[in-house]
Amino acid sequence: MAFRAKTVLTVLVLLAAVGAAFAAPAIKVGIVNLPPEESGYRQANVEDMNNVFSKANGYDAKQTNTGDNSEQIAAAQGYIRDGVDYLLISAANASGWDNVLQSAKKAGVTVFLFDRLIDTDAANYRAALVSDMAAEGENAVNWLLKQKLASYNVILIRGQLGSAAELGRSGALLKARDAGKLKIVADGTGGDSWSLEEARKVVEAAITAGKDFNVIYAENDGMAQGAVQALDAAGISHGKGGKVKIIGFDFNRFALRNVQAGYWDCDVQCSPRQAAEIATWIKAGKKAPTGKVFQKEIIADTATITDKLIAEKGINADPGKGVITK
Amino acid sequence: MRRTAIIVYTASGEKQLQTPNVLEMRGICKSFPGVRALHDVSFTLRSGEVHALMGENGAGKSTLIKVMTGVYEKDSGQITVEGKAMHFRSPQDAQAFGVGTVYQEISLCHNLTVAENMFIGRGRYAFVDWKGMREKTARLLDSLGIPARPTQQLSSCSLAVQQMIAIARAIDMDCRILILDEPTSSLDEDEVRKLFSLMRELKSRGVGIVFVTHFLDQVYEISDRITVLRNGEFIGDYDASSLPQLELVSKMMGKALDDVSQIKKREVPALEGGAPVFEAQGLSSAAGVRPFDFAIRKGEVNGFTGLLGSGRSESVRAIYAADKVTGGEIKVHGRKARIGEPIQAMKLGIGYLPEDRKGDGIIAELSVRDNIILALQVMKGFFKPFSRKEAESFADEYIERLNIKTASTSTPIKSLSGGNQQKVILARWLLTHPEYLILDEPTRGIDVGTKVEIQKLVLKLAEEGVSVTFISSEIEEMLRTCSRLIVMKDRAIVGELSGESLTERDVLHVIAGGGE
Amino acid sequence: MARMRSRGFQVFLPLSVLAILILINLIKGADYFSISIINGALYGNIPNILFGASELVILSIGMTLVTSSSGGQDISVGVAGAITSSVFVRLLLSSGGITWAAILAAFLASCAVGIAIGAFNGALVAVFKVQPMVATLILFTAGRSVAFLIDGRLSPILANDLTSQVGSVIPGVPIQTPIILTAVFIALFAVLLRTTNLKLYSQCVGINQKAARLNGINPVRIKFLTYMILGVCSAVAGFIAVTKAGRHDSVNLLKYVEMDAILAVAIGGNPLGGGTFSIAGSIIGAYTIEVLNRTLLRLEVDTETIKAFKAAFIIILMVIASPVVRQFAARGSRWMRDRLGGSAQAGQR
Repeated sequence: MAFRAKTVLTVLVLLAAVGAAFAAPAIKVGIVNLPPEESGYRQANVEDMNNVFSKANGYDAKQTNTGDNSEQIAAAQGYIRDGVDYLLISAANASGWDNVLQSAKKAGVTVFLFDRLIDTDAANYRAALVSDMAAEGENAVNWLLKQKLASYNVILIRGQLGSAAELGRSGALLKARDAGKLKIVADGTGGDSWSLEEARKVVEAAITAGKDFNVIYAENDGMAQGAVQALDAAGISHGKGGKVKIIGFDFNRFALRNVQAGYWDCDVQCSPRQAAEIATWIKAGKKAPTGKVFQKEIIADTATITDKLIAEKGINADPGKGVITK
Repeated sequence: MRRTAIIVYTASGEKQLQTPNVLEMRGICKSFPGVRALHDVSFTLRSGEVHALMGENGAGKSTLIKVMTGVYEKDSGQITVEGKAMHFRSPQDAQAFGVGTVYQEISLCHNLTVAENMFIGRGRYAFVDWKGMREKTARLLDSLGIPARPTQQLSSCSLAVQQMIAIARAIDMDCRILILDEPTSSLDEDEVRKLFSLMRELKSRGVGIVFVTHFLDQVYEISDRITVLRNGEFIGDYDASSLPQLELVSKMMGKALDDVSQIKKREVPALEGGAPVFEAQGLSSAAGVRPFDFAIRKGEVNGFTGLLGSGRSESVRAIYAADKVTGGEIKVHGRKARIGEPIQAMKLGIGYLPEDRKGDGIIAELSVRDNIILALQVMKGFFKPFSRKEAESFADEYIERLNIKTASTSTPIKSLSGGNQQKVILARWLLTHPEYLILDEPTRGIDVGTKVEIQKLVLKLAEEGVSVTFISSEIEEMLRTCSRLIVMKDRAIVGELSGESLTERDVLHVIAGGGE
Repeated sequence: MARMRSRGFQVFLPLSVLAILILINLIKGADYFSISIINGALYGNIPNILFGASELVILSIGMTLVTSSSGGQDISVGVAGAITSSVFVRLLLSSGGITWAAILAAFLASCAVGIAIGAFNGALVAVFKVQPMVATLILFTAGRSVAFLIDGRLSPILANDLTSQVGSVIPGVPIQTPIILTAVFIALFAVLLRTTNLKLYSQCVGINQKAARLNGINPVRIKFLTYMILGVCSAVAGFIAVTKAGRHDSVNLLKYVEMDAILAVAIGGNPLGGGTFSIAGSIIGAYTIEVLNRTLLRLEVDTETIKAFKAAFIIILMVIASPVVRQFAARGSRWMRDRLGGSAQAGQR
């Protein structure tokens, strides 16, 4: 008995050793990222990185998650010292990275930025994969204008003023307004915390002031939710067949389920999943792109939404099919 | 160093060698709104002497020092420094003319080095000659025999050395008049020795030193002359060698030694039920009072007496557990009890009116009503608040009974006069109907009429069977109300007087002599 | 009479500010107070204000107590609410089915967590004598990560009829549930103040801790208690906030509410250094902030400048409420009375 167990063990160990010897050497990747608790977006982003750059896929990847820029820089330096092949960075702060990037270059480490850009010379990194906030806004505005409404009276609910997302997403709508394609009847913000409650107040103020509107353009899903709460309380119909069109951003699964149920009208993707595309860059080697690259993002409305899309592209918890999050 | 000597011919024609006066203050008056702090006070300081400035609390010592150092401007009178008339408008002014002060709380920077402390705030230029500064400091420390290195951080020096450094700093600023305000109060005996030898060294260099302390033995050890103040008035200046300690105490307290006429209102009552209301054995507290025994009978009025800082307040605070009790046993009505927190004392029927009315007594922003009911309310319990009506009626009752002058029961206590605030605190404790009431300086800073009212009240309470411990700086008041006095000195009990021996003369003897 | 005057004065300032704001709203549109019934519930500006301010009102009550007893503020109330509500959601979702009983049980459990959080902060402040803002900074910094972990790293959804009724309207009841919950909370708190000596003790400790102890009050215990009560306030506010939102967002739920809660205490005329307090003042202060926010929206102040407007308004308010101006005003009014040969009470002090 004991003898047999020993034999089996020995064979196993040998097999493992042979397997390791024949497998391609793992690609060493250092990932510097923000902490998952920062947002649902980040949680999905962190998870995506872990899933794609896994041992099973032939990577030896380590990820550091911190919101402190100096800790991030220290982590990046550590990865360079450890001799990683690739360094992936989503920076907490856009400045202060020049030295690290240069030392990476000297050490022959290829740097890809994801999700967030850094204020530095483009020669200091190979390529950056980011969301195009302006394109997201244009996606939404194009969808809206395709609805062929008799008139477009929009309540704009901005996110944190001056943030990249707010500038991009508001920009598209303001451009359409300037082109005379729609009217903005109320222009408010959910504040620095993209607050559901503040958004609700913006819509409540518009309702009690007797404003006539038929579109709510909320720059994230939480604010769209707050806006819809205000409509519900005031007995104003919305969603599929309703008076007011609801547009949200970010592809939260609860928001997508609301669209699927016709409670809202449309949601715009802001994808946290950059890992797969970066993996293709790594495989492409010398052929990898350079400079700033925008990821492709989609839009989902009541006609195009599917369970598969919700499962694959959504973020955060899924309330389940047919469940409306009011 | 300056060491002028003048030859003076006395009336008898003998030649005498006398040192000149570095500082002369004549007819100094200083008033604050409602208070006459100094009235026609004189003070002379000779070069090369240590001159003790003595007086009880409120005598005007600190006001005089503040006039001397330019913190206060005098209302009238003359100050001359080395024969020149001066008018100090600020401490900087006084310093420029050679008056240096070292306070009890050392006002140096703990995180700087000794040398830095020596020169901080003195340079006229932004640039500092660090090396020169260190060398100069080293020479100074050496010449004064101060055991410290220039580069040492001040906080690493002992308190005594810090004090010496403060003194050295003053000396180096060419001060000829040095004022030491309670310099020894936080030093141990060895450190006091060192400080005294430094003072002697300065004396020999011709510096005139004003020494304020409440330790009588130290006065006699180091001082050449003594000036006594009482109630803002100048009592006299004396050669230390010709003023016996007993006489000094009597001058400070304002009691002529022969004036023994006094009326004792109550005798020590008989022991009822075989045990005192309260007794303590070997009681000591974190405030540093030495273990002491104490007992009080039903209906007895006794008192702790002694000079300021003798430990009289600390003793009663130990009884009430106002300071952390560190040892001793307590019995109430003969049964063992434990008092670790004031609430336990309250529940055993003990009330305590603290010495520091503002800091320990009143709840300034709360109404007179809340201040009156507070102790009783706390004893009744957190979940049993008095109704508004009950509270009002308690407040009304005691406002009337103690004749408290207040606009209404809802007036914040802080807007009342000191005497009325005191009556509110007294009302607070009377309302709890204590068996044993401790009153620490209940009459301080109160007008004469109220004082008498409170004394009468104490005697009335005793007649009703309440035991009272009474503390006052005024010995006369103590003699008038107490049937037994416990005398303290240097935080220990040094004597106990009652019956025949309870006279002013005896009290002063015990205070001065320490019972020897 | 005198009582009315002294009480009245503290509440006078926030009340008059509230009145001015309401006046501005009325000038903007006379229908400001109009109330209609929509879906069986009252609808209009006033219900919206009461609905919107509910969490802030509850938090400002607890903040007032803590300010009084410890002379400092708890900046972790929003984070504490995020944690307690994450516990509520977690427990509710893992219970068999969502019933009123399950909601109540989960809510009570979240209150217990609130008490524990209060005990943590209270221990730091009362026992270890850490400055309240510094002590509560610990939770302020780390707390949302805790809530994130309790959430299971996703924002869980509370999509069900019962909790959404708690966050909006129960059919057949004409008033939104958060408004009712807030009213009940205020009533319970009034009962607490009436049946205990919490107010007297807390004021004593805040004004003069040494004297409080010499009168038999245990300052450590009272501070501790006030922080635990604030913990309960956080739990109730978190409960209301999460049922309003219908899902738990650990990042943004009750974010920055602590600053408004402290502001409500200040506007209510309560000294932030501790001591005497008026809960009524803080409640009015909280509603004042809510009305101010909505007034700026109603006046359609430009989104970019809305913060500056709010800041300017608050600065003016704080300056008016400052002791310097108060004294000046008191002196001015005395001078006026003397000139006009005013009432006999004038000289009394």
